[in-house]
Amino acid sequence: MTTSFPGFADPVLDSQSCFRALLEAMSRPGRVQRVIAPPEVPPGLSPASAAVLLTLVDADTPLRLNAGAGAEAWVRFHCGCPLVRDGAAFVLDEGAGLAELEAGTDEEPERGATLILEVASLDEAAGWRLTGPGIREAHLLRVGGAPESFIAEWERNRAAFPRGVDVLLTAGDRLAALPRTVRIEEG
Amino acid sequence: MDGSDMAARRRWMAVLARASAADIAACMGALPAPPRHVRLRGPETGLVMVRGRAGGDGAPFNLGEMTVTRCAVRLADGRVGHAYCAGRDARQAELAALVDALLLDADGRGAVEAAVIAPLARAQAARRETEARRAAATRVQFFTMTQMR
Repeated sequence: MTTSFPGFADPVLDSQSCFRALLEAMSRPGRVQRVIAPPEVPPGLSPASAAVLLTLVDADTPLRLNAGAGAEAWVRFHCGCPLVRDGAAFVLDEGAGLAELEAGTDEEPERGATLILEVASLDEAAGWRLTGPGIREAHLLRVGGAPESFIAEWERNRAAFPRGVDVLLTAGDRLAALPRTVRIEEG
Repeated sequence: MDGSDMAARRRWMAVLARASAADIAACMGALPAPPRHVRLRGPETGLVMVRGRAGGDGAPFNLGEMTVTRCAVRLADGRVGHAYCAGRDARQAELAALVDALLLDADGRGAVEAAVIAPLARAQAARRETEARRAAATRVQFFTMTQMR
């Protein structure tokens, strides 16, 4: 099955700009970045998630995707990545718990997976209080529609450092990153 | 798409891949203006590894890399055309993908086939024939060696 949705309007410049936004997001956890999204996105993907997949996923990065057949065909066509259930480098699956994903090993923590979590809204406002590397005092991030058990799961994920899973939160064309070092408190 | 459609599509994609952008555009001039299309991917140029087999059935080996330009376009009604062409001509790849998409509509296929594919295929066959004749004229028959074997 082939897709009928395009990729980036300008594949080189748009993916570079999205990569830059991801670097900013990862190095300043909780700061919200906007990305240039493809002109149309397949059903089941937010514009920011689609841009992240186009930028980061290719034949060398297995992807676990649960966003419908349209999104799967689109990813196969534009990224050419293997779609897997276990051992994925990138995960876009609402049903995936942090604990079940690849966390890397103490020798190779970089093998930990990156979870792309689609949420309803992302704002730099009171909600979560983030502290840790890359944050001078604290960053405030309000996340609408995150899974209820997320903070508890995140605490367990953080305890396994240097092993662990990194999270990218996406909403519309906005994204924020939660690298595994960041500490999240409610309020 | 069943087997005969697949074979037909393979044939017209091969004809388009061998035709220059100018030739495709000239043939399309005879048709009503094509509908607007959206580029799904490309046109983009890259390398593909051409693989061969010694004697046609031996172990596969890498013959070498080849420059290929590919393009995928979508028409307003959702038809998606693809093209892979040797070389770096982005316009050829885009036009070929567009004609491929036009040919996917069973009702409009006859007109496009007659206006674009048939003349291009005829010209390519004629060119091949001429080249074969010129090559045949320089053929040398080594009678003695043939008899010695």
